[in-house]
Amino acid sequence: MPKPKTIPAAPVVVSKKTASQKIVTVAQEIHTDIVKKHRKPSMEFPIRSLRNVKYDVKRGHFEILGHTATRTLSYNTVKTFAQSMRLLATTKNDLLDKDDIAGKREVYYNSKSWGECRFEEQPESDTLLDDIEAMLAINREQLGYIPEERGGEVTGPLVVIDQDPATGRPIRIDCTKLGSGAWSIPSRVEHLRFEASKAKFILAIETSSLFQRLVHHRYYQNARCILISMSGVPTRACRRFIRRLADDQHLPVLAFTDGDPYGYCNIYRTLKVGSGQAAHINRFFCVPQAHYLGVTPQDIHDYELEDATHPLEEADIKRANDALKNDPFIKHHKEWQDALNHMLKLGVRVEQQAFAKHGLNFVLDTYLPDKLKKARFLP
Amino acid sequence: MATKQRDIAVSEFFLKNRHLLGFDSPRRALLTAVKEAVDNSLDACEEADVLPEIAVDLEQIADSRFRVTVTDNGPGIVKNQIPKIFAKLLYGSKFHRLRMSRGQQGIGISAAGMYGQLTTGAATRILSRIKGAKKAHAMAVQIDTKQNKPAILSDTEQDWQPAFQTVDAAGEPDGPLVVSKHGTSVSIELEAAYQRAKQSVDEFLKQCAIVNPHLTLHYRLALQTKAEAADGKSAPMTEPPPTTKSPKAKVKSVAPAPKPGVTTVTYQRAVKVMPKIPDEILPHPHGVELGLLMQMLKDTESRTVRSALAHDFSRVSDRTALDICSRAGIEPRTNPTRIAHRESEALYKAIQDTKLMRPPTDCLSPIGEAQILAGLQKEIAADFFTAVTREPAVYRGNPFQIEVGLAFARPQETEGVGADEPVRVLRFANRVPLLYQPGACAMTRAAIGVNWKSYGLSQPKDALPIGPVVVLMHLASVWVPFTSESKDAIASYAEIIDELTLGLQECGRRLAVFLHKRQRQLEAARKRSYIELYIPHLAIGLKDILDLTDKEEHKIVGNLKKMLEKTQLDV
Repeated sequence: MPKPKTIPAAPVVVSKKTASQKIVTVAQEIHTDIVKKHRKPSMEFPIRSLRNVKYDVKRGHFEILGHTATRTLSYNTVKTFAQSMRLLATTKNDLLDKDDIAGKREVYYNSKSWGECRFEEQPESDTLLDDIEAMLAINREQLGYIPEERGGEVTGPLVVIDQDPATGRPIRIDCTKLGSGAWSIPSRVEHLRFEASKAKFILAIETSSLFQRLVHHRYYQNARCILISMSGVPTRACRRFIRRLADDQHLPVLAFTDGDPYGYCNIYRTLKVGSGQAAHINRFFCVPQAHYLGVTPQDIHDYELEDATHPLEEADIKRANDALKNDPFIKHHKEWQDALNHMLKLGVRVEQQAFAKHGLNFVLDTYLPDKLKKARFLP
Repeated sequence: MATKQRDIAVSEFFLKNRHLLGFDSPRRALLTAVKEAVDNSLDACEEADVLPEIAVDLEQIADSRFRVTVTDNGPGIVKNQIPKIFAKLLYGSKFHRLRMSRGQQGIGISAAGMYGQLTTGAATRILSRIKGAKKAHAMAVQIDTKQNKPAILSDTEQDWQPAFQTVDAAGEPDGPLVVSKHGTSVSIELEAAYQRAKQSVDEFLKQCAIVNPHLTLHYRLALQTKAEAADGKSAPMTEPPPTTKSPKAKVKSVAPAPKPGVTTVTYQRAVKVMPKIPDEILPHPHGVELGLLMQMLKDTESRTVRSALAHDFSRVSDRTALDICSRAGIEPRTNPTRIAHRESEALYKAIQDTKLMRPPTDCLSPIGEAQILAGLQKEIAADFFTAVTREPAVYRGNPFQIEVGLAFARPQETEGVGADEPVRVLRFANRVPLLYQPGACAMTRAAIGVNWKSYGLSQPKDALPIGPVVVLMHLASVWVPFTSESKDAIASYAEIIDELTLGLQECGRRLAVFLHKRQRQLEAARKRSYIELYIPHLAIGLKDILDLTDKEEHKIVGNLKKMLEKTQLDV
């Protein structure tokens, strides 16, 4: 088991007043351009893509590079520009100043009162929200926007201290006493605190069916770990929660996903170093102390899963090749390049559930203990 | 056999070949009769330097019978000329000379009369008053088709003066009756059929008005109503074209009260400038066929071949005449009437082989760019007009001149024009609209041959371009090369096609400039309204964030509009 390096979590909490003031500053610059300097106003955004990130090995996550895009007011941008101003106004006046929250879908419907300036489809407002988040360099959760998707589930030897949203009174949640269920990670996790845990590590799992199997058999008791179900690519809240928990309790993090390019390059890589799309806020939403447990291509041989695989689909092959060529994280780690090339050579992918070939509980009786014992994880 | 051989009168010949003259169908006959009468009236007015005012009256007398009456304010016709003009084929002032005029052979109007006589038995009735005359002559004439001689049925004097009533857009009388001191009215009854739209009398008259902007034209059409037709009665006789006994009496309204089946319309003149009277020229030797050459040698007043060549042809000097004679191996002093057939062939060949100056071209009277524009503008609702008058050119020794006009019409307001329709081509020869056989005409061929795509119109392969465009083409020439005697289509001489093409291309280039500019303006307007849609929202956003006043908000909107329109919408 790798010794967890404690990397201090980035300072993330921005007060609502500061966020509100930041919006005012942006608006003031634009206003000055229009009425005093008589020039066309512009807004500057960091470019959000893999092209504009580097893998910062010291900090352990994708760090944004300096490339920015400038949106100057023109015939082509006037609609987006107007929508940005109205969205900023709503963010400041209705969310930050009134301490309220809104979902992405609500933002879209809220714009229906803007007349011809309204968003026609939700992807328009989603994109603009991402733009504004990048421009202000404040993640949208702190602006009052709540994600729609669930943040993941937690079980295991952990006590979370949440608070009553109305009164602020602390609420103690013991994650071992949730019966056959699990605790859902809320969309905002900055206020959570933790009691000292007896766990030795955190196991982040891709599929909820495997998660439920481990919960059902109380795997966390024997293995002394905290189980987290990610349900695919972990949400921001999930990543943030794992990061805060790992930092707070000095716990190593292990990821357990399907053995395919999506599991490696999208789920695990995003968990560990962030994404290109959210390059400007990766420092909040990454878990640099994470390591990859499995399922690795080598596991296919080691656990005789050859006849429990599926051929790689075209999309898988493309994803793997793209990652080898363009993903700064993969390009940094020789082990990952070898793993991907190994998989391409085998031409197959393997699922977490494949271990059922050797019996339903083979995965918790044999595979996981064996892997933890060997402790040869991918970076 | 020999007993069956006999002379065929020219009138008899044409009677049997009436399609050659444009009387092949009842519908066509009506148009041809109107056309010949109007052509004559216009030529007469212009020769007498009178601004033409013409009234065309079509009255349906029975199911397939019409009375066509055309009245003009021309100089009038002296009494003894009337029978020959209206009832003798190939009589005219225009055949033996080379001068640009509407009619050419002197067949038209008498052929119309003859057609009427054949189909209805009615005589051609003429009223004519010469300037200064106390009375007008009233005559009824027919043609002796065997001998090509006029037969006078009646001959009286009448107190008649041509009078014209202008009507407004609704067909109601508009202004006083205009009475002329001189003029002619011809009335022919004929078997005919009336039909609207393309190739109709309506279309012909409208095109006349376009291409003769100095003409005021009144048109009255009285069709039998269904009730009248069912009665089997002829339409009640309304008074023929408005007339008045006393020129001083101002009759307010003589136009018949609006009744079903009657439509009246006035095409007002747009210019008061008379066309230049074309000069008469002698034929150019290169434009003369062998037969005509022989005829001219026979008819000449000169006593030697040499002087006949020098005096009866243009561009032949005494010296050149001598050259031609020696080239043909003819003694220059030979009496031209004695030149034998073989010698005339040699002479013809010698003429073709001799280099000659081009014929004079100042004998032509084009409509003129300004007049074409005026004509198009008054009859077509369009956003863009242009016209080109080319320099004169020569085909086969005949001077000619091409003019092209083009209008980009508003389809909702213009008949026969649409954004998805082929362009409308108006063809004219010596100011006469050509309505039949467009496909056989050099003008249509030239229009198809131009690459309109480069001027912003779509164009299917080997076809007219598509678009709400009216293209006008005019050929002015001392001798218009029609493909047939019915004068429908112009023969495709390379020189004529070339000139037409150059004129069309010039108009096309100007159209392209207009279309391009219009496109940019539309684009700019679209952009402006788009920008103006969103600027207020930008200001609302800033106002909400910065807590601005309404005044400050307005300033933002004002500044932004100025800024964006200046830089984004430069056209």
